[in-house]
Amino acid sequence: MRPNLYTSGNITGIQGPLLFLRRTVNVGLNEAVEVYGRDGKARQGRVAALDDEVMTVEVLESTDGLSLSETRVRFLGEPLHFAVGPDILGRIFNGVGKVIDGGPPIAAQNSLRIDGLAINPAQRAQPQDFIETGVSTIDLMNSLVRGQKLPIFSGGGMPHERLAVQIARRARLRGGSSGDFAIVFVGIGTPYHTAENFRRAMENSGALAHTVMFLNLASDSSTQRLLTPRYALTAAEYLAFVEGRHVLVILTDMTNYCEALREVSASHGEVPSRKGYPGYMYSDLAALYERAGCIKGRSGSLTQLPILTMPSDDISHPIPDLTGYITEGQIVLDRELDRRGVYPPVKVLPSLSRLMKDGIGEGFTDPDHPALSNQLYAAYARAVQVRVLASVVGIDGLPELDRRYLEFGDAFEQELVQQEEARTLEESMQLGWKLLRRLPRNELHRLSDAQIAAHIENGNG
Amino acid sequence: MSRAVLSWIGGPVLRARSDGPFRINEAVHVGERRLLGEVIRIERDEIVVQVYEDTSGLRPGAVVEGSGLALAVSLGPALLGNIFDGLLRPLARDNTSVYVQPGMYELPATVFPFEPTVQAGQRLAPGQSFGRVTPRQGRAQLCLIPPDVQGKVLSIVAAGEHADDVPLCVLEMPDGHRREIAMSHRWPVRKSRPVAQRLPVSGPMLTGQRVLDALFPVARGGKAALPGGFGTGKTVLQEALAKGCDADIIVYVGCGERGNEMAGVLHEFPQLEDPQTGRPLMERTIIIANTSNMPVAAREASIYTGITVAEYFRDQGLHVALMADSTSRWAEALREVSGRLGELPGEGGYPSYLSSRLAGFYERAARVKTLSGNEGSLTIIGAVSPPSGDFSEPVTTHTKRYVRCLWALDYTRAHARFYPAVHPLQSYSEDVTELEAWWQAAGNPEWATTRRRFLALLEQQTQLERMARIVGKDALPPQQQLTLLCAELINDGFLRQSSLSPVDRFCSPQRQSAMMHLIARFIVLAEKALEAGVEVEQLQVLPVLRSLHRMGEELGEDELEKYDALGAELESAFARLAKHND
Repeated sequence: MRPNLYTSGNITGIQGPLLFLRRTVNVGLNEAVEVYGRDGKARQGRVAALDDEVMTVEVLESTDGLSLSETRVRFLGEPLHFAVGPDILGRIFNGVGKVIDGGPPIAAQNSLRIDGLAINPAQRAQPQDFIETGVSTIDLMNSLVRGQKLPIFSGGGMPHERLAVQIARRARLRGGSSGDFAIVFVGIGTPYHTAENFRRAMENSGALAHTVMFLNLASDSSTQRLLTPRYALTAAEYLAFVEGRHVLVILTDMTNYCEALREVSASHGEVPSRKGYPGYMYSDLAALYERAGCIKGRSGSLTQLPILTMPSDDISHPIPDLTGYITEGQIVLDRELDRRGVYPPVKVLPSLSRLMKDGIGEGFTDPDHPALSNQLYAAYARAVQVRVLASVVGIDGLPELDRRYLEFGDAFEQELVQQEEARTLEESMQLGWKLLRRLPRNELHRLSDAQIAAHIENGNG
Repeated sequence: MSRAVLSWIGGPVLRARSDGPFRINEAVHVGERRLLGEVIRIERDEIVVQVYEDTSGLRPGAVVEGSGLALAVSLGPALLGNIFDGLLRPLARDNTSVYVQPGMYELPATVFPFEPTVQAGQRLAPGQSFGRVTPRQGRAQLCLIPPDVQGKVLSIVAAGEHADDVPLCVLEMPDGHRREIAMSHRWPVRKSRPVAQRLPVSGPMLTGQRVLDALFPVARGGKAALPGGFGTGKTVLQEALAKGCDADIIVYVGCGERGNEMAGVLHEFPQLEDPQTGRPLMERTIIIANTSNMPVAAREASIYTGITVAEYFRDQGLHVALMADSTSRWAEALREVSGRLGELPGEGGYPSYLSSRLAGFYERAARVKTLSGNEGSLTIIGAVSPPSGDFSEPVTTHTKRYVRCLWALDYTRAHARFYPAVHPLQSYSEDVTELEAWWQAAGNPEWATTRRRFLALLEQQTQLERMARIVGKDALPPQQQLTLLCAELINDGFLRQSSLSPVDRFCSPQRQSAMMHLIARFIVLAEKALEAGVEVEQLQVLPVLRSLHRMGEELGEDELEKYDALGAELESAFARLAKHND
């Protein structure tokens, strides 16, 4: 690293988050800066553009109170880095990687660039370790594997946080211990009580010592919000790929992140794309989500569970839409199920896990797991279709077969989706077979004769 | 070479003052790390460069060095079976890093067994082959002289092991200059490789997917688009095509997509067999991976890189299929770079030249007579990711103008885990009439009739379901209830095909014909039975109906005779039914 360089009195303009300086020092693009105002507080920033005379610095925090004459800028000579070490576990950081739990600073072992680098696709290991979460609609229908990024599409007022906490507490490999795990909780523009609830839940389950928290509270600056997941994922990558732990990263709420992105983009005067979000939002989100994965020859893994609240429950809104194109599936929560008191209110049909196929079946979970999940999907989709029909013509206008589908659909929601206690995969599968016994045998086109004989006809219960 | 000095930089775009001539689309190297870039605009003595790598750390004063050549890639025998980034730099070399680092280089020279096929004194026309390479693994390949070179062979090396970048053959060009030719040569990615003649399409490119081959077939040298919202199975279908289609060479371009999916392909392909030749699938595959978090500008180039590689293999007289997943990410990269240049945005923020770029891309698909006189073809299958699954957005609508097949993916089907979720009423193929003769010759003279029958039934199903929503299903006359039953059989027993099933992931034309025949026969028999007074409920519970629903899953490629047995069972089931009702 080059020695730190200071400049003061060279500022020619301030425009929103942008600072224009005369180019008096030799710095490179994207290098980090600290901007000190009259209050002496350090604000982080980066070099956003350069020409022969002018440097443009993007301040990543509020530029309130900065003046042309009294502002000093310190150049760090390299892009933003985060100093991490093994003792980050159990600690709480703010959105820009500063300890805020009153404890000592971190004894740094590695200093890592917060933007991360793209993992070489040829060096990725294929994620295929099934994680049992205890939730039937996930384990049985949309299995999660280590190294996956599986967002929860939710809406305001729905129990997505309860679900995320439950997954974080339960997530383990089948039949085994949870191993060398760690949880990184990233609050992006979250209210204080959400963060506190999460902390308490982790404390109660005894996992607090394995948890790192990054909190960008709702009251913090929105430019900082763009840095929070980057700091957190840098810490997570360190834990996963340097320390070899299995890291589960919970990011809540990605909608706040995207709002901040829109705000900052607008203040830069960029040409907006859909609904005012910047055109590069896909690439920007991908730069975060793609940091999940497993790497060949390294024992750790990084699994992401981002939570986002769909604005007005609209799944075609740019935030869930772009997320769905990047992540490996999605768990969609449904307000109607929630209103009916079904917990977890997982809307099964639009939910999907793309990596499920690699982690279930023969040699992974149960040989009949894929067929069972497939058949449940087919039958439930038919039930939902019949429900639409019944809503117009009434149940009496339905043939006998359709009525049985209708009953199946209700039972599926009440017995399989709804759950009080965590279930093992075996318990979930038993439930699934039991539900399918409600349908005529010759409707079960996705099961083989052997599977029908073993589980439908000779099944117990 | 010309040099320029960087004067402004922001993101992946830089401006530099030049002191020599630069050309548009010329490849340049920037700074100490020699980052690869391309000149995209020239204004007086200033050039605008788009850089294909992370520009962090660049500063005014950095040197921009021209190469004098357009952005080009090296085409040769070392490509097959490998994975590259968007600029054809290898990702899977032993010493590559875990992360994608700026300043990577092209493949190092590799030694191949070479065998000359021409002699000194012979005249070579442009693009002709002068030798053959037979690697220890994988298929034999021809060595071509570049399409813009011709002349008399002055000398050529003897058969033996040679590196792919050393000159093996010396030509005397018509203008008297000498030109040394190696196994590999460079070709600019934005320029399509010339051919002797474009030929009309004839045979189909078989995909092994029933819904495509039987209902919406694409011809060799054709072009198809695959639009679908997220989660409708675009990538899985593209991968299934890469595994099952009967092309000689597959170029798979992962453009702005997921890293874990690429890892899955790399994990799976070497273990799978090419259903046509029985060789490992990877031996016929080239993967170009530019995942969504890799530099955006390189994403723009990756599509051109892919198609140039594909054309190179086409020029060897091979049938090549290019899968591009997803062209929407490419269009977005165009939009991003255009935005940074301050160009006037068109529809949806995309630059106004989006349509002509798409046209230029899809027009490179063709069945051709190559410069060396062989027949080759290049088929393009492009995935499109329309925002919120809305097919009226610019990329989808413009793409539809240039492709001949549209395989529209449907949310409702995908939600029921009905894959491939190709919607039979929204999709189309303009190659059908040209391909009828092929199916006739392949032993299925009824193909066109059955295909039309199936599509008509599926169309009726939609109408009837709409009606049933108002009057109730019970109120439909038996004839119409049977239509629903048959349409469901077509959907579930024929169109649905699990790409995860070891038996059904691939379906040969023979098996497709057998299945089509059985289902068509069922429809005929059922209609007759209905006329004879059999109830629809009786048909619904026929055990043979369940067998028909599951035949794709149960009766594999090596059990084609069992389809005849099933046919016999079908006949006797209806015979029994008739007797029972008498």
